[in-house]
Amino acid sequence: MSTDLASPIPLEAFLTIAALLFCVGVWGLINSRNAVRVLMSIELMLNAVNINLMAFSNYLDGQLIRGQVFAIFVITVAAAEAAVGLAILLSLYRNRETVDMERFNLLRW
Amino acid sequence: MSIASSTQQICFLVLSATTVVGSLGVVLLPNIVYSAFLLGGVFLSVAGLYLLLNASFVAAAQILVYVGAVNVLILFAIMLVNKQETLAAIPGLLVRRLLSGAVCVGLFALLLRVALTTTWALPGPPPVGEEATIRIGEHLFTDYLLPFELASVLLLMAMIGAIVLARRDVFSTDVITGEPADQGLIEKDRTPLLIEKSANEPTLLSKP
Repeated sequence: MSTDLASPIPLEAFLTIAALLFCVGVWGLINSRNAVRVLMSIELMLNAVNINLMAFSNYLDGQLIRGQVFAIFVITVAAAEAAVGLAILLSLYRNRETVDMERFNLLRW
Repeated sequence: MSIASSTQQICFLVLSATTVVGSLGVVLLPNIVYSAFLLGGVFLSVAGLYLLLNASFVAAAQILVYVGAVNVLILFAIMLVNKQETLAAIPGLLVRRLLSGAVCVGLFALLLRVALTTTWALPGPPPVGEEATIRIGEHLFTDYLLPFELASVLLLMAMIGAIVLARRDVFSTDVITGEPADQGLIEKDRTPLLIEKSANEPTLLSKP
């Protein structure tokens, strides 16, 4: 019954939500002063990419769901990135005693 | 797919509204603790979107990994670096925000145009639905075996790297100031409680 029935939600709706989430993440990545918020924005962007992968996997690749496998790998890499990023943030905080992104300017010319 | 279509649409609307409003809150709220909890809400609603896309296993993995691990990690990091500091004003901050906002709106318009004007190959093959977990297991142990093992090595590397980066007894000096960057030394030098005690003790000793 469900195979011949078209999905009630169009594919473009999921793509729109993912694009909006990604753009909000990019804006937060550029404009955040707090380093923890920068990491949170990166997580938002990774989630947006995952929504795209899952939507394409369901709508265009329903039998071999390769998008879901890719989403699992993205989740894995995101977990590793969060752990290393927060460890770097702790180390930075011990060195500079701040989480202000504007004062992490050691590599600025 | 036994849920009625109108129910699915209502669920999609609620979940997408929660996602968008929550992500805006994550980016815009001044208190970062609220941002972290809203991020958990965004992760949960994204997991709900995965359930709408017939992916129960990935939804469970999303909740376990993101809400259970990443969000808790972020909360711990906020607690560890929670110092109330007044950020110095930057010249041209408003211009920067407006410019980046314009860039992001332009990027969104571009992505939206691509999503709406491309003729997708719809309808594709019918989704497998409940068998998705079985298919993912088959993929992970046949044609995606090498990335799967590489992911485990990556997780091990990330774990060791996080421990090495965040441990306390690394004796090193700050590049700029030249003073020791070790956490124990910083605490001995700059904690007000210890300074007060060491300042009081000579007076007590000198009185008699």
